[in-house]
Amino acid sequence: MNVSIVDYKSGNISSVINSFKEVAKDKVTIEVTSDLNKIKSSDKVVLPGQGSFKSCVDALNKIKGLSDVLDEFAITNKKPLLGICVGLQMFADVGYEETETKGLGWISGKVSKINNQNGKYKLPHIGWNQINIVKDSKIFKDIENNSHMYFVHSYEFVPNDEKVISATTDYSSNIVCSVEKENIFGTQFHPEKSDRIGLKIIDNFINL
Amino acid sequence: MLKNRIIPCLDVKNGRVVKGINFVDLKDAGDPVEQAKIYSDGGADEICFLDITASNENRDTIYDVVEKTSKKCFVPLTVGGGVRSVEDINKLLNCGADKVSINTAAVENSKVVLDSSKKFGSQCIVVAIDAKKNGDKWEVFTHGGRNNSGIDALEYAEQMEKKGAGELLVTSMDRDGTQVGYDIDLMSKISSKVNIPLIASGGVGNLDHLVDGIKLGKASAVLAASIFHYGKHSVKEAKDYLDSKGIPVRI
Repeated sequence: MNVSIVDYKSGNISSVINSFKEVAKDKVTIEVTSDLNKIKSSDKVVLPGQGSFKSCVDALNKIKGLSDVLDEFAITNKKPLLGICVGLQMFADVGYEETETKGLGWISGKVSKINNQNGKYKLPHIGWNQINIVKDSKIFKDIENNSHMYFVHSYEFVPNDEKVISATTDYSSNIVCSVEKENIFGTQFHPEKSDRIGLKIIDNFINL
Repeated sequence: MLKNRIIPCLDVKNGRVVKGINFVDLKDAGDPVEQAKIYSDGGADEICFLDITASNENRDTIYDVVEKTSKKCFVPLTVGGGVRSVEDINKLLNCGADKVSINTAAVENSKVVLDSSKKFGSQCIVVAIDAKKNGDKWEVFTHGGRNNSGIDALEYAEQMEKKGAGELLVTSMDRDGTQVGYDIDLMSKISSKVNIPLIASGGVGNLDHLVDGIKLGKASAVLAASIFHYGKHSVKEAKDYLDSKGIPVRI
């Protein structure tokens, strides 16, 4: 098996690489690549993302043909794809960070700033928060409800169809922190930084 | 509910821990990777390395340390000390740091904060403020506390938030190393002034100080060195204590 982590210069992805390599050991090949053919031929794809929605979308579009290849992989061929943080946010139709920016449009919805209730809550939402699992997602196999995950974000994904939501977390409001739509998975939190329990989620994805 | 974080900090010099855990069963007491692993296995919410390497020729040792640690520890890793430029930040992030803390460079040229938060995202930019009380205000010090910039710490904190800092790591120089507790007044004043999380540092001597830092100092996270290093308390003990005082922690 072959898992590709898409390297589209979206900021810091070393932690994602380290965690996948730790979990994969010698069983699975982890490729870090922006090569379209390699992505096409891989069994699974991980789409990380750090920084702003706009900067990630811009970085993705800078690599000619990449968004088409990802579309083909996830939508046409329905192969497993995991988006992490802004990687998940980009599934949306549109994001409002910096300026209105078109997303991949895979899961209908928008990405907007977390309502911090007029400064009552600090932003970014940084640190460990518990997840409320609302749907039996394949990546949550053997993950207990209310497990702690590491978050760092100021924007949230608001999907139009609530059925895609697999987990939420409580901050200033109830924030969507995990989605599953057929073969497409996404976490707003960082499994790669969420200790052993986070590595288990990565293991679940690899073993899908 | 978001949990308050406990962050052990390790001082690293020339690639070796100079202030760290003093356990008898440690194979190599100076190995930062081994110490970081002990902390992360013990429930530390993040790990912080402060590079205090003085000479330029040994500066690169921190990259190797970060790279090795990030392959073993799967909790956030913050690295600070001697960070001068966007390129330094880039190198640390590429080695596996999750956040980089900027101190002197942010005072001398706030554009570093602006540029780096634009380039890498605010989530990985921590501005470290070393503050010392002078009359009824606090002034920002640079170069490891040697130079007084004369800048008002509260105004500076606000300015750093605007430039794109994702968090502030505030150290009271009056309290650092004294073990008499955080400068609660300083922490709560800065925390109330900004909308980004504050990490309190400097002065922790017992577990009640951690409680005070969060409850009174309004810190989102508490950083400590000595109380963890010399086996006085484990991170787990600290968390259990905070929990018993009604502070939300990850257990």
